[in-house]
Amino acid sequence: MTSQLTDAGPATAPAAEAYAAGGDDERPPIGAPVVVLEDVHKHYPMGDQVVRALNGVSLELRRGQFWAIMGPSGSGKSTMLNLLGCLDRPTSGRYVLNNHDVSDMSDDELSDIRLRELGFIFQSFNLIPQLTVRENIELPLYYQGWPAAASLQRATETAERVGLGDRLGHRPAELSGGQQQRVAVARALASDPQVLLADEPTGNLDTSTGQMIMKLLSDLNGQGKTIILVTHEAEIAAWARGRIHMRDGGIERIEGDG
Amino acid sequence: MALMKIVRDVKLGAKTLLLHKLRSMLTMLGVVFGVASVIAMLAVGEGASREALDRIRMLGSDNIMLHSVKPTEQPEDRGQRQRILSYGLHYEDERRIREHFEHVVRTAPVKEIRQDARLGERSHELRVIGTTWAWFALVPRPVIAGRVLAERDMDQTSNVVVLTEHGARRLLATEQTIGNRIRIGDGYYEVIGIVQNEEASGETQIPDSRVDAYIPLPVARERFTDFHVRRSAGSMERERVELHRIIVQVNDNEHVESTAAAIERMLANNHPNGDYSIQVPLQLLRQAEEQQRIWNWTLASVAGISLLVGGIGIMNIMLASVTERTREIGVRRAIGAKKRQIVSQFLIETLLLAGLGGLVGIAVGPLLADRIESLSGIPTIVPTYAILLSVGISVTVGVAFGLYPAARAANLDPIVALRHE
Ligand SMILES: Nc1ncnc2c1ncn2[C@@H]1O[C@H](COP(=O)(O)OP(=O)(O)O)[C@@H](O)[C@H]1O
Ligand SMILES: [Mg+2]
Repeated sequence: MTSQLTDAGPATAPAAEAYAAGGDDERPPIGAPVVVLEDVHKHYPMGDQVVRALNGVSLELRRGQFWAIMGPSGSGKSTMLNLLGCLDRPTSGRYVLNNHDVSDMSDDELSDIRLRELGFIFQSFNLIPQLTVRENIELPLYYQGWPAAASLQRATETAERVGLGDRLGHRPAELSGGQQQRVAVARALASDPQVLLADEPTGNLDTSTGQMIMKLLSDLNGQGKTIILVTHEAEIAAWARGRIHMRDGGIERIEGDG
Repeated sequence: MALMKIVRDVKLGAKTLLLHKLRSMLTMLGVVFGVASVIAMLAVGEGASREALDRIRMLGSDNIMLHSVKPTEQPEDRGQRQRILSYGLHYEDERRIREHFEHVVRTAPVKEIRQDARLGERSHELRVIGTTWAWFALVPRPVIAGRVLAERDMDQTSNVVVLTEHGARRLLATEQTIGNRIRIGDGYYEVIGIVQNEEASGETQIPDSRVDAYIPLPVARERFTDFHVRRSAGSMERERVELHRIIVQVNDNEHVESTAAAIERMLANNHPNGDYSIQVPLQLLRQAEEQQRIWNWTLASVAGISLLVGGIGIMNIMLASVTERTREIGVRRAIGAKKRQIVSQFLIETLLLAGLGGLVGIAVGPLLADRIESLSGIPTIVPTYAILLSVGISVTVGVAFGLYPAARAANLDPIVALRHE
């Protein structure tokens, strides 16, 4: 089984492109800051103590970069990714994502930011079992309110992009782990977001399949996607162009330039 | 566009429900039986009430019925059995009511006579009523043949008779009998018409139930006098009664009760021994309607409880479904679904369950009512409002019992939901 990723870049068809257009113009150019954290804290009250899961993190990540967040268990990687993914709000500090200050956004506004700016890839794929491959890929388009025809076309193209054009009608349970994770990547890509976030994306895959997924992500990064992934495996982190090492809720050191 | 989206949402909901066909069907069953029993109960209630109300309406809601009542025997009367007992309504009462009460349109005096009658070879005892032409205005019934009593028949020598179809059957009279004579008691009467009559059932007495023939009141007075022989417990009792009944028609429903009260005052004055009774169908109607309302509410609450149980069943399943699909909810939220989109996803599913259950219930309800009717003989009528009510109820049940599970799904913390096993 080989990765069928096309090198020609996103082959967006006219209809889907027409619908998705407009958003593209507002995008900052390669190298513009996408993620800006300023002295971000995340504290969890635990009884009469406070767990400082993030303890004053400042960070600036730019468009088109590929970062791996590393660190021992409990160092705050997941907390960081949840914040970056707008699933959570910082206790204090400022987070600007793609020129949107999301620090104090309402739940609905955060949902909208996730919908338009971010794509998630999870360790356990998290496809919705009762939906087909195509319907899973269409989910973000569905919530963006795409018309059925454009949505179908985009889902088909995106599936082809990850080499699953012939699996559109299958259910997740009928696919291998690697295929499922490729569907998840396609779903994250479908609405063409700025940033992809991945939490241990190869954690549930064997080594060679994991390598294939990393190749896919690396290629996507080559096409301009900003990718931030969490991993504890050096071999996986090696695919990234920069590594952020965390310890005790802070950034210990940064390796590479993303 | 919006419609297409709704269609898509409903399709997706249906697809999810079809993943667990048995579970969805069992969940729906609760609503099916709830709605079906609401409809069946209302149909039973409606059928019973319509029957009772129809019977009362036959008395006429703008009528007042007066009856002669034999006074209860006093102990000292025992020894004087031979004395002729005189009681009841007088001709004079009828005239006063007809002439002196503002809202009275007309009155029908009734004298009841039992006499042997003969037509050709056929003879039978008949229940004959002596009355006036007003009767036929007060108790209008289709005329099968000939004509009814008219004003010109109201004299002592007009020996004519109108048969009811019941009486006609007894004497084997037909349309050809019109113009022929029958013998009643010792006299001959020309048959001038045959009218339909209502056969009463149940406790409400319809004026013309068990009447075989009508003759003019003046003739009845002349021929049969006011003396009647009553056979009871082997002994013969002679009594004198002028009128057995008076039916009074009032010009408007509004005045029925006040007129009845005024008549009652007058009668109380003239009949200190209380040898009469007064019956106001309008009051009976009101009582019956009130009873019906109570009965309907009782039935509906019983049925409503089963619907409630059905709703709780739906809620239970949806809560289980929310727990089962916690991760799905987390994924959808992470992708960018807003809380209200999660709410609507789950609400659509419950509404589908409740709505489909309701529709099946609406189909089953009337069948259930039919079954009850054929098994118990209680007439049932499925009222339109029962169907509308059921549609409303099943939608309400869907929303009411779906809202909580849906809200619970939407309010899950996406981070926690994503970590759920
Ligand atoms: N919801 C929470 N409530 C309380 N403490 C939490 C919560 N989430 C994370 N923590 C704590 O914050 C710290 C960082 O956790 P986490 O970000 O999950 O680390 P990592 O992903 O690097 O293992 C840990 O000490 C963890 O116990
Ligand atoms: Mg973690």
